[in-house]
Amino acid sequence: MKQIINLTINDKKYEVAVDANLTLLDLLRYQLGLTGAKKGCELGDCGACAVIMDGKPVNSCLVLAVSANGKDITTIEGLEDENGLHPLQQSFVEKGAIQCGFCTSGMILSGKTLLDKNPNPTDKEVRSAISGNLCRCTGYQKIIEAVQSVDSDI
Amino acid sequence: MSNYDVINSNAPRVDTPAKATGKAIFIDDMSMQDMLYGALLQSPIAHGKILNIDVSEAKKLKGVKTVVTAKEAGLIPYGVSPARYDENIFCHDRVRYIGDEIAAVAAVDLETAMEAASLIKVDYEELPALLTIEDAMADGASLLHEKYPQNICAQVNQEFGDFEAGLKQADIIKTTKFKSKRQDGAFLEPQGCIADFNKLTENLTLYSSTQVPHYVQRILSMVLKLPIGKVRVIKPYLGAGFGIKAGTNTMEIASCLLSMQTGKPVKMNYSREQVFMFGRARHQFTHTMTTGAKKDGTLTALKNECYLDGGAYTSFGIATVYYSGSLLGGPYKLPNMKYDGYRIYTNKPACGAQRGHGGVIARACWEQQLDMIAEELCIDPIELRLKNMMVAGDITCNDFNMSSLGMKECIEEIRDSSEWNEKKGKLPKGKGIGMACGFFVSGAGYPIYRSDTYHSTAVIKLTEDGGTALLYTASSEIGQGSDTTMGMIAAETLGIPLSDFRIESGDTDFGVDLGAYSSRQTLMTGHAVYDAAKQVKEQILEVLAKELSIPVEDMDIKKGIILFKKSQPDFSKLREIYIKEHRGWTDNPNADEPLTFKEASRIAFLAKGIISGNGKYKPHQLGGKFKGAAVGTSPAYGCSAQIVELTVDKETGQITIDNMTDAHDCGLAINKVSVEGQMEGSLSMGLGEAMFEEVKFDSKGRIINANLAEYKIPTALDMPPVKAIVVESSEPNGPFGAKEVGEGAIMPTIPAILNAVYDAIGIRIFELPLTPERVYQAIADYKKRKGV
Repeated sequence: MKQIINLTINDKKYEVAVDANLTLLDLLRYQLGLTGAKKGCELGDCGACAVIMDGKPVNSCLVLAVSANGKDITTIEGLEDENGLHPLQQSFVEKGAIQCGFCTSGMILSGKTLLDKNPNPTDKEVRSAISGNLCRCTGYQKIIEAVQSVDSDI
Repeated sequence: MSNYDVINSNAPRVDTPAKATGKAIFIDDMSMQDMLYGALLQSPIAHGKILNIDVSEAKKLKGVKTVVTAKEAGLIPYGVSPARYDENIFCHDRVRYIGDEIAAVAAVDLETAMEAASLIKVDYEELPALLTIEDAMADGASLLHEKYPQNICAQVNQEFGDFEAGLKQADIIKTTKFKSKRQDGAFLEPQGCIADFNKLTENLTLYSSTQVPHYVQRILSMVLKLPIGKVRVIKPYLGAGFGIKAGTNTMEIASCLLSMQTGKPVKMNYSREQVFMFGRARHQFTHTMTTGAKKDGTLTALKNECYLDGGAYTSFGIATVYYSGSLLGGPYKLPNMKYDGYRIYTNKPACGAQRGHGGVIARACWEQQLDMIAEELCIDPIELRLKNMMVAGDITCNDFNMSSLGMKECIEEIRDSSEWNEKKGKLPKGKGIGMACGFFVSGAGYPIYRSDTYHSTAVIKLTEDGGTALLYTASSEIGQGSDTTMGMIAAETLGIPLSDFRIESGDTDFGVDLGAYSSRQTLMTGHAVYDAAKQVKEQILEVLAKELSIPVEDMDIKKGIILFKKSQPDFSKLREIYIKEHRGWTDNPNADEPLTFKEASRIAFLAKGIISGNGKYKPHQLGGKFKGAAVGTSPAYGCSAQIVELTVDKETGQITIDNMTDAHDCGLAINKVSVEGQMEGSLSMGLGEAMFEEVKFDSKGRIINANLAEYKIPTALDMPPVKAIVVESSEPNGPFGAKEVGEGAIMPTIPAILNAVYDAIGIRIFELPLTPERVYQAIADYKKRKGV
């Protein structure tokens, strides 16, 4: 039995029919073609599927699509605009904060949520904000540098 | 100041804008028209005989397209090393671990495929599960593979020099035993693939999350009985591998088989639990080492005995058991070395290669022992190492040629930048500082199968207007940055900006490349790319030489401009031709501009057709003549030294790593920011293994922590600030003097932590991981022994 839900993703309104057991991650990836959120564990352990829901980072593998009804979602695809990359995306590229890239979407969205509230975070605050996003490649060093070096005026 | 225009800089990577925006396509982001979904049936018991397999109920389920077992798959054995092909696609008479594959199903969706797999009935006669080395080697234990008595999968007995004679020269002898735990690669992207067999053309294309498209292509060709030209393997963006994705996995072959049966594309993925069940990561090692040294600290002899818990199949294990001996030959002068290694089959997932293949735990054991020797001889640990250090040009007792070696420079860098002399032995109680060294290959000297093949090929083609150079290699960008590195080498060699290159890789149609393992791509693929770019440059200059009547050697290409070393010729005729060819274009050159690469390559195209270079590389003959001499040979060796500072809470046993300093000699750094990234990532993986990583099993052989919550890898809160110092030497066998960084940097991490723990609390710990429980217990035992 499918249910109709309405939600906003990257400022675009969607009305979709979903199964009751469908996760937000699977809705994004397999029904809407937004594959930027990654499937790393399906248990909420790795953070590769993180998206921003009503201003907060969530593991989309742990959110049922039906419970995203009426919510405002930002995925990694929603950050770039006509002026190009979002400053945090640009910073990740410039600082060498991306290796395999599988954690990157979630990492950037967690970083963005932090910077939206706190434009000049300390090392500790950045580490804490991304502690739910696992990265096996970088040792986090350049990711932290990238988050901290975003120009807070932008 | 660098003399180079492109390399030896901090370049933003070519693949990262796509990765930062979610546009980079990984395997599970792909789908195809009419695609089916595959699922595996895996053994629920660790050891047993298969009495019967009944697939009839599965076949009846609506939506199921095909079910395959060993009957359809055949029994052609495969594996990683031809010396031990001990795997079949599906088990037919025996299952050897929980997760061993028995059948695969293709269906219209994943749920149906999984349900069908669960409807397959298998009758087993259960056998005792042999879960430890002791159980597997015990008298009367059943054999996992009939050909290997005592379940010894592979055995190595080597002696270089004369160990006993060396020991007689020693004033001090130390023997220690050290034990590690089975690790998991814990890359973020689970393995996945899509197989697409075209029944009309009989072409098979496999899209897969692999580090080694070439080896997968060969295995598919062999077990599926297809000509190699009919098999194409393509690697989309890869969510890292660390060695675990460097062999062929069952799913890759099963999906091909399902696609061949149905004529439709078939997608398969491992769940995170299946990633753990497939295994193939770092073995559990138990080393016993005896080292002899003279009073002045000179090392005289080393005996190393090692048992590896291998799991149910060999995978990379033959190489692993050799590496855990051979990688102690350096970076110290050591005249006498004896090694006895045994890899044992057990009823657990197979272990394989992981970053620092075979050498990491041997290094941990030995570097801790060197500190013990230094302490007893009242020599500073750094001085002991410097005293025994090899220098460039030295050859190890097992015939590895250290053609460049900035080991001394690495040690001096970390010593000076972490104030070692002020801190060592002088920190407050509970705080400690420790150091260690290590080295690693820059690419295996020989392919996994015996062959005279090129290890890497590269093709560079120019577009007809000369505006863009296309670089094609079959190498594997797995996150380490190889596409950018190859582009930079090509751009430097050809004399044009990196932005004028379009870089394609990871496809067996682009050539032969052994792939991303053994830290080989910068050196080996880099050589092939250099060769191809040089050919392109020569062809362009040859055409110009003819057109302008100037000798080739009087010209060069730099930053996209043709340089005339002597007098400036009149090239206006060539420019006229170019502009005529591009009438109405907006980017035509002005009369006063120098002759551009673009113009020259258009002229060259008009003279010769598409300009292309066809590069290739294989190493020169390497190593000694003894059995196993090939393992550990390499055209070059990277090396590193590390210092770790930490705090031990003596009440709880909790260790906090405060900071880490690493210096690594990578030869000439092609892309410095990528070099640092590899160093920082290596340290983080080493820290995880030292501090908390352990794959645990219950008494039935089932993994009890097959997820990323209970199998702990470092988070951002676990990692301290890392100082990465790039030390550059000039490697004569590397392109532009470059060599490895991907794996060598992990070598010193664990022993530097162990040595720092000793500095903090005066207690040596000989088993990993250093959980609070283990450290607390070690402190309690120590107090009991000392009666305090």
